[in-house]
Amino acid sequence: MAIEKPLSEMPIGTVGTVIENGLTGLTKRRLMDLGFIPGSKIEVLRKSPAGDPTAYYVRGTIIALRNNEASHISIIPHNKF
Amino acid sequence: MCSVNTDLSGRLETLVQEAKGKYSKEVREKIVDNIYREAENIAKRTVVKPPKKLDWDGKIDNILTSRITGYPIMLLLLGVIFWITIVGANYPSQMLFKILFWGEEKISTLFYFLGMPQWLHGFLVLGVYRCVAWVVAVMLPPMAIFFPLFTLLEDLGFLPRVAFNLDNFFRKAGAHGKQSLTMSMGFGCNAAGVIACRIIESPRERLIAILTNNFVPCNGRFPTLIVISSIFMGGALAAPYSSLVTPLVIVGIVLIGIMVTLIVSWLLSKTLLRGVPSTFTLELPPYRRPQIGQIIIRSIFDRTVFVLWRAVKVAAPAGGIIWLLANTYLGDSSLLNSLATAIDPFARGIGLDGIILTAFILGLPANEIVLPIMIMGYLAEGALLELDSLIALKTLLLDNGWTLMTALSVMLFSLLHYPCSTTLLTIKKETGSLKWTFLGAIIPLAVSVLVLFILNSISSLLLLMN
Amino acid sequence: MGYSCKSCKKCMLKDNFNITKDKDGLVIALAGNPNTGKSTIFNALTGLNQHTGNWPGKTVLQAQGTCIIKGKKCTLVDLPGTYSLLANSIDEVVARDFLCFAKPDATIVVTDATCLERNLNLALQVLEITDKVVVCVNLMDEAERKGIKVNTDLLAAELGVPVIPTSARSKQGLDELISMVYELATGNITSNPNPIPYDQDLEEAIQELQPQIEALLKGRLNSRWVALRLIEGDEELLEGIKNYLSQEELEEDRVEEKCAQ
Repeated sequence: MAIEKPLSEMPIGTVGTVIENGLTGLTKRRLMDLGFIPGSKIEVLRKSPAGDPTAYYVRGTIIALRNNEASHISIIPHNKF
Repeated sequence: MCSVNTDLSGRLETLVQEAKGKYSKEVREKIVDNIYREAENIAKRTVVKPPKKLDWDGKIDNILTSRITGYPIMLLLLGVIFWITIVGANYPSQMLFKILFWGEEKISTLFYFLGMPQWLHGFLVLGVYRCVAWVVAVMLPPMAIFFPLFTLLEDLGFLPRVAFNLDNFFRKAGAHGKQSLTMSMGFGCNAAGVIACRIIESPRERLIAILTNNFVPCNGRFPTLIVISSIFMGGALAAPYSSLVTPLVIVGIVLIGIMVTLIVSWLLSKTLLRGVPSTFTLELPPYRRPQIGQIIIRSIFDRTVFVLWRAVKVAAPAGGIIWLLANTYLGDSSLLNSLATAIDPFARGIGLDGIILTAFILGLPANEIVLPIMIMGYLAEGALLELDSLIALKTLLLDNGWTLMTALSVMLFSLLHYPCSTTLLTIKKETGSLKWTFLGAIIPLAVSVLVLFILNSISSLLLLMN
Repeated sequence: MGYSCKSCKKCMLKDNFNITKDKDGLVIALAGNPNTGKSTIFNALTGLNQHTGNWPGKTVLQAQGTCIIKGKKCTLVDLPGTYSLLANSIDEVVARDFLCFAKPDATIVVTDATCLERNLNLALQVLEITDKVVVCVNLMDEAERKGIKVNTDLLAAELGVPVIPTSARSKQGLDELISMVYELATGNITSNPNPIPYDQDLEEAIQELQPQIEALLKGRLNSRWVALRLIEGDEELLEGIKNYLSQEELEEDRVEEKCAQ
């Protein structure tokens, strides 16, 4: 069964669909503009050598987010992009 | 007719207020979603993508952001850029010196020919002209090399990876990951670094980046650091290793600078610039073939000439003032030397001496002229001077009581003290606030005095115990 | 009155946006996402005839330059690279205010052929504000290398505005781009962007607000777009209207007064 999970907890290589952008205010609006909106396909690409931030492939571009923000975005992982 | 106008915004305001209560908060999300949906639909119909792409970028990223190779490659690349800049600037710098000082002779001849008074010649030629010439000759070549190289890294798409690798350190310091980029730019020129802080959106984090930019040594300070470290530290080891010492000392100084940047950023984010960290989003764009021609044109016009012009504007009056101070006599000592004597006790308390501190004070317009002012002060000469050889300089400094501790103190002071006036002017322009400009000078000064005081207290304590 | 308006617009451009417009010159804006080669196009079109400064009152870099198209002097304004125009950052406010209130004669939206979808997000938003738009699909060479094909004719039909494929690095397509911009700016051809279809409830809200807005703004801004901003509670726009539009209107009113006397 598909269960929603926070984006920040997904291991590298996970692909999934954004279910909810649970941030608020300006941060939410910024991330929405970058494509972190429900329905967007997303792939966890790589982590910074310092552990944070993490780079995601979303809507044709690679965007890096800190874990703090990513933890408010929930996704449903699936098998392929 | 004004009423019509107020009426317009008034009625719009009413509409806005009406709309406010009516629609739910999620409406914005829906709008963004609808626009994206339309973009997606159009893209689906008009774009054909191959099923699986060869991912070169991913392979490069694997290396540049790997746990093992990520940081060494970054350090190596920055190191290579500094090395090319310092070595490459040497020759053109000397050429410029020759040309500009040839020009000085010609102007002097003209002054004598016209029968100008001695003091006017001194003020305008030995003061203003020489200072400007000095700044141009020392500043222009390294900047003309550093900025294109830095822009090249920018164009290649490498810099966002640097921010990606370093963000965590800056996050822990309450700062923004892109501060690593403005900091790197600071190695070229702190004024350019301060302008670069525009890439940081949040005002709080941007101010942190601006106020701490000068903790990395710029091109104007590298030569001083190198000369002093090669005189005093290079000799510490036997011949085969001595040439390695200077680069290592410089690397050490740079690392200290980065550490201080992080510590002061952290302190600022806990005190003056407290607040919630803003969002950090960073695009890692695809790597692209750089356009060399554009890089050179843009970096020379937008950065080099821009910064140089600002520096010249401050160097000219400063040159005049320095000459006046060195040539106005009270009794049998010049104003400059009297100033040096007056601040000598304080300077000694932090491991420097009056002349050194005077040189740093008068060197406010450009760090390039700090060493020449020192030499001028020690020799009690009336104009900026450079010595022909390192040995002559070493003798001069040793004669004036320099020790390894003095050298270390001077290097640290050069690293940490207030930014040059060009940078301060830029901080004023960028923040629009005198308060932040003032803090931009006072915070580094306080840090440098504190560090030097502690260092010298410890060293005298150790000496006492011996 | 037409004559007076023109001179007013000139002052307004100078005061608010620091743009100098020649008497019958054209003002052309360059919009686009970051990293799409927008500055490459700007540099290719203006060469060394450019200068940088700040947007008035803001620490945002403004690059403008000039080029001659078919004997007309054109002022090219490079807007800050943004992902959207929803006023979430200073850059977005600057870009949006310029499109709304400076009313450039034409706007080039530079897009990246290798990730068109994300770029269309911005292009669609620009099209909601102004219809004098040429969409430039740049980096066609890179897309080709990656095996990506973009049907620009179909894209033009979908969007309702001219679409020109370019590879700015090798200067391909730039001539076609500027001649299309010229035709559009001088009114030789007109465009008719297709509106973005919104969900039923949003469309209903727009229907309700649009006539009231139209009555107030009298075509100065696209009323459908303003309606959407009101619905989402965007107060930034109201500021803009207060700052820029009122001024313009004041000038017009004064002229009218004079004419009446």
